[in-house]
Amino acid sequence: MSHAARPNTLFKNLNAKVAAVPMIATVLIVFIGCTLWTVVLSFTSSRSLPELTFVGFDQYTRLFNTPRWNVSAINLGIFGVFTLVFSTVIGFILAALMDQKIRFEGAFRTVFLYPYALSFIVTGLVWQWILTPTFGIQRVVRDLGFETFTFSILNDQRFAIYAVVIAGLWHGTGLVMALMLAGLRGIDEDIWKASRVDGIPVWKTYLFIVIPMMRPVFITTIVLVSTGIVRVYDLVVALTGGGPGNASEVPAKYVYEFMFRRANLGQGLAASTIMLTTVLIIIIPWALMEYRGGKRK
Amino acid sequence: MTAINTISTEPHGRRPTRTFTPAKIMIYGVLAVAALYYVLPLYVMIVTSLKGMPEIRLGNIFSPPVEITFQPWSTAWTSACTGLYCEGLKVGFWNSVQILIPSVIISILIASVNGYALANWRFKGSEIFFSVLLFGAFIPYQVMLYPLVIITRELRIFGTLTGIIVIHTIFGMPILTLLFRNYFASLPTELFKAARVDGAGFWRIFFQIMVPLSAPIFIVAVIIQVTGIWNDFLLGVIFAGSKNIPMTVQLNNIVNSTQGVKEYNVNMAATILTGAVPLLVYFFSGKYFVRGIAAGAVKG
Repeated sequence: MSHAARPNTLFKNLNAKVAAVPMIATVLIVFIGCTLWTVVLSFTSSRSLPELTFVGFDQYTRLFNTPRWNVSAINLGIFGVFTLVFSTVIGFILAALMDQKIRFEGAFRTVFLYPYALSFIVTGLVWQWILTPTFGIQRVVRDLGFETFTFSILNDQRFAIYAVVIAGLWHGTGLVMALMLAGLRGIDEDIWKASRVDGIPVWKTYLFIVIPMMRPVFITTIVLVSTGIVRVYDLVVALTGGGPGNASEVPAKYVYEFMFRRANLGQGLAASTIMLTTVLIIIIPWALMEYRGGKRK
Repeated sequence: MTAINTISTEPHGRRPTRTFTPAKIMIYGVLAVAALYYVLPLYVMIVTSLKGMPEIRLGNIFSPPVEITFQPWSTAWTSACTGLYCEGLKVGFWNSVQILIPSVIISILIASVNGYALANWRFKGSEIFFSVLLFGAFIPYQVMLYPLVIITRELRIFGTLTGIIVIHTIFGMPILTLLFRNYFASLPTELFKAARVDGAGFWRIFFQIMVPLSAPIFIVAVIIQVTGIWNDFLLGVIFAGSKNIPMTVQLNNIVNSTQGVKEYNVNMAATILTGAVPLLVYFFSGKYFVRGIAAGAVKG
């Protein structure tokens, strides 16, 4: 009897299971399998080919003693902090302005959002052109009569990463604006009426009532933007190529170079594991919060 | 007299808002400045692509072209050089089209059926797999790249059109499945139940009831995939192989190649050409695009 029952549950709802085979394969082989493979092999001495000679944390020690990696990690920090702060603040301000029952809202929204449709390669190349000292903004301002004006961040080791920030903000702030605007539209109109009746200034209403109410929107936005930041790659390739020198290198580029160009697999795998860890630090608290929030409902 | 005056100056009901209060002017001012910052790069791209090289060397990047020329556009399309080859960006364009069409169709087919199974035909473990799938959307590609290279090489599809299509299908799955699952779950269950009572099975309900009701969500899915796959760079570099390099990769090779004299006008024409497909999708799809990015923000 029990023999007959077993295949019964396995073949029950068979069509759905067949339909889900690609998902199950993707989850098991790619998302779990490949990730584990990378983490495990990052503890080996693999060079040009993967091998199973375990060397403990050697790859990680070497990683953090490599100047190029440290520059990459610091750049990611700079890029991350500036991008996060500015895209959130500007995105929110733009959304708040758009929410004032203005005319041409559709036109403004279209303008703010179109860079997001473009690839990072296109974004990077446009900004490379605008920021080129010999032809771009520096030249334009000098032609206006300010002969000594200097704005050559692309050629300056100290500032190249900020060029990436500028281009990144141009690309992504529209998305933040759209998410924030959706959040603002979700705020009950009665809140505004009440605060107007009580004579609370608009800016105070935003700061002390609306923003705290929009906490979930802010958190989701910050998580989305940060996980995107960790992955920044194409933008740097197109805009600066990591230069001048190694001045604007980022971790994702380090991984690519060491895995596919320098045949130093162990370093690439260790670096990518650090990237994974960074993402996990961002999303695990968020996932737990969402999960608990979901349960409360 | 006073009564008439009061009536004429202060009508009853809500006061119509004046268009030009100082606050409004400030709002429009700030928005306009911001809009200028957003539009400027597109303007610079177009203007540069229509100038000849001598004019670019003399003038500044913001000045409109004195003599409009379309030469850079045709050069970019037919004979721009990437290292050794000078066949123009059209090669990359057609490669991208070849990658795009099957990738979009296959990924949406698989994800829609999968989302439907997850919404209406849950089985033991289906929710767990779905959770891990969503989690997977956040894992940086770099973490999975090398093992995927090994797997595709073993399957003999590394560096082929099939290879890159499979890869796009895999990485499009989390967001698309989420999209379809949530949409199908939001449809009234009575529809599904009635069809079941009438004896319709898994596939019949899907094709005859679910799909006809889901045109909007299929449009959103197409938009997400077309822009996402067209704009991809990293996966194309690694998995597509040298015969199929997508347009973004070729564009970067053209512009950032160190050989020869830099032709900025050709570079900008090439850049616009590469951005044109997602831009057209964006301008013509309007609200669908906004819906798509709200869902697609997870991707990358």
